[in-house]
Amino acid sequence: MKRFSIGKLTLPVYSFLAMAFMLIPIVYTIVFSFNNSKQRTNTQWQGFTLDKWLGVCNKPDVCSALGNSIFIGLVSTLIATILGTALAIGLVRYRFRARALVNLALFLPMATPEVVLGAGLAGLFFNAGVGAGMVTVVIAHVVFCLSFVVVTVKARVQTLDPVLEEAGRDLYANPTQVFWKITFPLLLPGIISAALLSFSLSFDDFIITYFNSGSVETFPKYIYVAAARGVPAEANVIASAVFIAAILIVLITQINGAVKRKRMLKK
Amino acid sequence: MAIDFKPSGADLELIDVRKDFPGFTALEDMDLHIPAGEFFALLGPSGCGKTTTLRIVAGLEEPTAGKVLIGGKDITNTKPHERPVNTVFQSYALFPHMTILENVAFGLRQRKIEDPLKKAMDALNLVELGYAAERRPQQLSGGQQQRVALARALVNRPALLLLDEPLGALDLKLRRQMQIELKAIQMEVGLTFLHVTHDQEEAMDMADTVAVMNKGHIEQMGAPEALYERPKTAFVSKFLGQSNLFVGSIVDSNKESLSIEVGGHKITVPKDRAEKQTGKIAIGVRPEKTTFHRSNPKLSSDHVVVGPGEIIDIRFTGVSNQYLIAIPNVGDVTVFAQNVGISPVIELGEQVWVSWKVEHSFGLSDLPAGNEDE
Repeated sequence: MKRFSIGKLTLPVYSFLAMAFMLIPIVYTIVFSFNNSKQRTNTQWQGFTLDKWLGVCNKPDVCSALGNSIFIGLVSTLIATILGTALAIGLVRYRFRARALVNLALFLPMATPEVVLGAGLAGLFFNAGVGAGMVTVVIAHVVFCLSFVVVTVKARVQTLDPVLEEAGRDLYANPTQVFWKITFPLLLPGIISAALLSFSLSFDDFIITYFNSGSVETFPKYIYVAAARGVPAEANVIASAVFIAAILIVLITQINGAVKRKRMLKK
Repeated sequence: MAIDFKPSGADLELIDVRKDFPGFTALEDMDLHIPAGEFFALLGPSGCGKTTTLRIVAGLEEPTAGKVLIGGKDITNTKPHERPVNTVFQSYALFPHMTILENVAFGLRQRKIEDPLKKAMDALNLVELGYAAERRPQQLSGGQQQRVALARALVNRPALLLLDEPLGALDLKLRRQMQIELKAIQMEVGLTFLHVTHDQEEAMDMADTVAVMNKGHIEQMGAPEALYERPKTAFVSKFLGQSNLFVGSIVDSNKESLSIEVGGHKITVPKDRAEKQTGKIAIGVRPEKTTFHRSNPKLSSDHVVVGPGEIIDIRFTGVSNQYLIAIPNVGDVTVFAQNVGISPVIELGEQVWVSWKVEHSFGLSDLPAGNEDE
């Protein structure tokens, strides 16, 4: 007869609880995006509906906030990725006097508490007489995204053998051509992951945005404000959509990578 | 920008080229002339400046002083992509994000040559890798990658092809095979090859002319046979093959030869084989030119005899046996005996005399390290 053992059950039960603990809020959000809520609050189940998904922009604030977040995310990602990639290449490839200092300075925004960074930037903009708005949010986002881009791309530059670029120069490519035909394609995976990271950081950011956005409404800000009066189901729809999109991107890249590896092995 | 591409190779000239790096000088007043169509090897230990020389010719490094001329044209101040020169890098440096065919076509595309893919395919067929055209570099073995790197450089028909230890990463068998192929390709295409290596066998085997480099300058240059038969410096005599060196002051000199005395033995060298004819000199002989005897052979004056000495080491290397004989007041002498079954059976500790023909001695222009006092 098999003996019952608590020890054997501990791990599965513990794992299940941990997973459940992490997933319940997400599942809750997704489930309640289908809630047919009539009031402002979306806390009680009132029947299934697709209305909120199909008419997500019926509540105009939700969608304009989302639009702002996407716009800010794209612009600050673009700027941070271009600047960060250039910085990463410079920091790895060239020896100059302030190199260590620049390296340190780039880590500071990552180490500084967001409240401090947000408040500091706000003070700075105020003193400079720049009114808080779209421009200041973008600048603030570039500031904290830049560090992450540099760190991500730097790792990639370090694995890039400079001999490959020399080979390009040797094969009649001028410095510009060498960059676009050799350096850039080889750094691209790093640049793409840096850009994705940068976008998600920007899209997600509340604290720094709160200090520097003035009247510009972003999605996290909207949710924060709405939470005081009860988050509408439309917010759940957008949150769920973002979550699903993120999962899909991860899945697609994973599958793509696996297929490529398989094809390489076959040959 | 017009690059002067010739159907065959051009000659390369380095005039007083010097290269200083922070803290040390990699090249000192290097003068070099490589005639068109020649297979030229720069041979030397790591850190001797041979790779720096190559990089200066490729334009990847700027000389501190001096000039680089290709086909008589001064290219010292041109950029790498403006030079009619291609390099086969030590690590091959194939572009991992391109197929083999695209790698080979890269230079042609840059120069907007017509039909780059067809020409690239022809070059791949020349190195017998046409079947791998659509693969990626990382799917090929080291030897295959080496051949792709060669095709990628050759397809451009450069006036000068630079090879930076391209066979260093291959195993011995593959290396020998590639040496033969490389030499055959060079003869076929008639380009000027500048080959950098630290492998003396490789240099001697492939090159028309070998320049032995040491500490930023050329020690000696010449045909492989000439270098081997008549090394002029202690470094060359030790780096290119092995040598027994004897150092002493000249005690005897006549019309044909001069002799030094070492530990009571007279060691003679023909005058026309001696670089230095006064004072303290070093005389050498190759181990395979020597034989040993169980008793004093009492040979005529056209032989040098040293001994007796004790055999302190015997090594079997396959084609020959190597004996190390310690001779009192002279030092250790190495003797190679062909393993043809006629050399005497000899054991450790036996007393022997070593002899060689005077005509096989060579006199050096300098003294081996540790003998410079005077």
